[in-house]
Amino acid sequence: MVSPILELTNINKSFGHVHANKNINLTINKGTIHGIIGENGAGKSTLMSIVFGLYQANSGTIKVNGKEINLRSPKDSIINGIGMVHQHFMLVENFTVLENIILGFEGELVFGKNLEKAKKDLKDLCDTYKLNIDLNSTISDLSVGFRQRVEILKSLYRGAEILILDEPTGVLTPQEVDELFKILRSLKEEGKTIVLITHKLIEIMDLTSEVSVMRQGEMVGHTKTENTNKEQLAEMMVGRSVLLRLDKSEVKAGEVLFSVKNLTVKDDLDVTRVKNVDLEIRAGEILGLAGVTGNGQTELLEALSGIRKVESGEIYLEGKKVSDSQNFLDPRELKDKGLAHVPEDRQRMGLVTDFKAYENLIFGYHDQQPFSKSSVLNHRDIISHSKKIMEEYDVRPQSPNLITSNFSGGNQQKIILSRELNENPKVLLVGQPTRGVDIGAIEFIHQRLIDMRDRGAAILLVSVELDEVLSLSDRIVVMFDGKIVGEKDNKNVTDRELGLLMAGVV
Amino acid sequence: MAPVDKSKVPWWVSNLIVPLVNLTLALLVSGLFIFIAGENPYEAVRLIIYGSFGYIEGFAYTLYYTTNFVFTGLAFAVAFHCRLFNIGGEGQAYIGGLGVFLVAINFSFLPVPIVWLLSIAGAVVFGAAWAFIPAYLQATRGSHVVITTIMFNFIAASLMVFLLVDVIRDTAQMGPHTVALPKEQWFPSFKDFAGLFGIKIRYSPLNISFLLAIAASVFVWFLVWKTRWGYEMRAVGHNTQAAIYAGISPYKNIIIAMCISGGLAGLLGVNEILGVHHKIVAGFPAGYGFTGIAVALMGRNHPIGIFPAAFLFGILYQGGSEVTFDMPNITRYMFVAVQGVIILFSGALENLFRPQIESFFVNRLNIKASA
Repeated sequence: MVSPILELTNINKSFGHVHANKNINLTINKGTIHGIIGENGAGKSTLMSIVFGLYQANSGTIKVNGKEINLRSPKDSIINGIGMVHQHFMLVENFTVLENIILGFEGELVFGKNLEKAKKDLKDLCDTYKLNIDLNSTISDLSVGFRQRVEILKSLYRGAEILILDEPTGVLTPQEVDELFKILRSLKEEGKTIVLITHKLIEIMDLTSEVSVMRQGEMVGHTKTENTNKEQLAEMMVGRSVLLRLDKSEVKAGEVLFSVKNLTVKDDLDVTRVKNVDLEIRAGEILGLAGVTGNGQTELLEALSGIRKVESGEIYLEGKKVSDSQNFLDPRELKDKGLAHVPEDRQRMGLVTDFKAYENLIFGYHDQQPFSKSSVLNHRDIISHSKKIMEEYDVRPQSPNLITSNFSGGNQQKIILSRELNENPKVLLVGQPTRGVDIGAIEFIHQRLIDMRDRGAAILLVSVELDEVLSLSDRIVVMFDGKIVGEKDNKNVTDRELGLLMAGVV
Repeated sequence: MAPVDKSKVPWWVSNLIVPLVNLTLALLVSGLFIFIAGENPYEAVRLIIYGSFGYIEGFAYTLYYTTNFVFTGLAFAVAFHCRLFNIGGEGQAYIGGLGVFLVAINFSFLPVPIVWLLSIAGAVVFGAAWAFIPAYLQATRGSHVVITTIMFNFIAASLMVFLLVDVIRDTAQMGPHTVALPKEQWFPSFKDFAGLFGIKIRYSPLNISFLLAIAASVFVWFLVWKTRWGYEMRAVGHNTQAAIYAGISPYKNIIIAMCISGGLAGLLGVNEILGVHHKIVAGFPAGYGFTGIAVALMGRNHPIGIFPAAFLFGILYQGGSEVTFDMPNITRYMFVAVQGVIILFSGALENLFRPQIESFFVNRLNIKASA
């Protein structure tokens, strides 16, 4: 009695020379949770954006309930019962839940009857799917998990029968993920169809009944989830077998290269975000810093790299004090002393996306020989350096003159990493090294970090990906609400334990 | 309509065809104005072309205006690469002129070429100093340069009126201007050059400052794209956060960019004082500073674009005054409106037809490629 609710035939979409979707065929059955998995840049999000009407396909047909439809904008999709929860939530922060949901569908000039009806309908929806949302709370007061539920509720209220979730777990704690999965299962039981886009294999195995795999813009396989396993899916995704756990040698930690004593840091709004933090990183070890986004990791990294002022406490590099509340070295001076920093947000901080690739490959080192000589940039040396480094780090395409925003996320990240690692720093601060990066590149980046460690660098790894922290770090500290709430040796620790620490439960 | 893939658009479509289409539209709308005013648009176009190209003195006038627009256009562009909207070119040019005059009159005992060089330096230093104050306020206090620079235009105007009336006025005359510089300090004019070759022409304000404008264009190109300074300025302009991360000081670069910008605007004073008036005349910047914004925007903030854009505005200025002579219904203000329309179409509405034009060419080229 399976009947297809959504059928895509021969969908094609290109952006410039990138063929993001090639002849995609996909059938999604009613009442199922259908996973779409693939590396970043495989074309999953593009495909779903086409289904949601954000992009128009160059060719191909889309059928909903057997009827061919023409999607020109998200409005058309909503009318056809397609809803989407984006990776980045589309909510007005200072509006209440109710105001956000009726936005664009107010239905009346002066609130009255329709609003009351909307309230009632929403309450019913909340009860049916156990969403547990207070309609009158303001979005900015809600946690990320709840904001996501608001997005789900919004789609349901607009009559979504097919709900697309784009990487829904990226920003959640393990506990929040469990809650989300419960909601998704209850949606399925009520007959809704869910399309889950993810690159996390565990989620696919946990939740879906069917799975489609994309690779480099093509649909490479469809299967029932029960007939497959993680290893098989991973192989389909990257087209070869990958190591899910990293091979790495025993830690040979040396002397303390970098230490932080009693550090307190405030953010731009004068809120204390890092509270009395102590850290010690030794030569040849990777210290993992786990935590849910927004618990002070960003401010900590910025303070350590000289971007943000230290409120109190001290930072030591090779035993010498480099920063306290009175004196601090700026990023340039810290670089000269052998501290490199791969920032968390590559587009906001790590790169000038309007620059050409070669301009970004010397960014921060542009005033050094041979790149510049008495303030004049040495174009020829910069280009030859860029070509060399792009080859070494497998940045694709290998064209130094291409504008950086035309590179994929993974390749942008490689540009930053190659720039920072090439200087052979003694201390390396890395924030979210593989956020939005595909599996092939993740493996490559991880291997480079391990190599750095084996060469005796002290590495601080800040990541929201628990898997990443677990597979790379030698020691793990967890940050919650600006404080270090736990330290674990990476031999006998589970992701559950860390999850509880991250959520501030213990 | 689907967004056009930028990487497929040939450079000549986005940098030549699109501006030309915008310009054509602006001229059509302007033609409509002229028609409504009761004159023949074709005749007006003929007069513009005749006035700006038709005889040697007219063409010289066109190039003289071009010189001024190049200076102020470059000035705006340099600051804009650091994402600073310097609309204070007018005031910086005014004060720059003061610098030229003070240097020239006080160092008149030196050999003339040295006085020239020092005067050019004076223009740059005075213009830069006038831009420095808003730059400093922007860098340290976050006071927006759009607000402060326009205020500084008024302050400059008032200051100059005060100086010209009470301090450095030529007391033998009634008007608000200074004494004239010694004749040997005047820049050789185009007329003088033509005279060397035995060609007799009438007066025009074109002088060797035109060469200075060319040099300034080369300087700006080199500065912005070939030096560490330009690199850092652009980094700050495109992404301040990233600049801080890379150890590039936004504070320093805001000040440097604004000072270079002010210095370039100050060069307008060289053209006007050494080349044309030979003294400070009240109100000599005459709006060139503002038109420079349009020139820079139309020229896409690149010297290669700014030069033709400045030339176009030169044609309009010179051709426009020709039209107002011959067509009684067209006043000077009509031509301000025409300029306004051009600025509107090539600045504010720059992207109005861009997607259509670009996709038209991309499709055509695709068809050709696949055929």
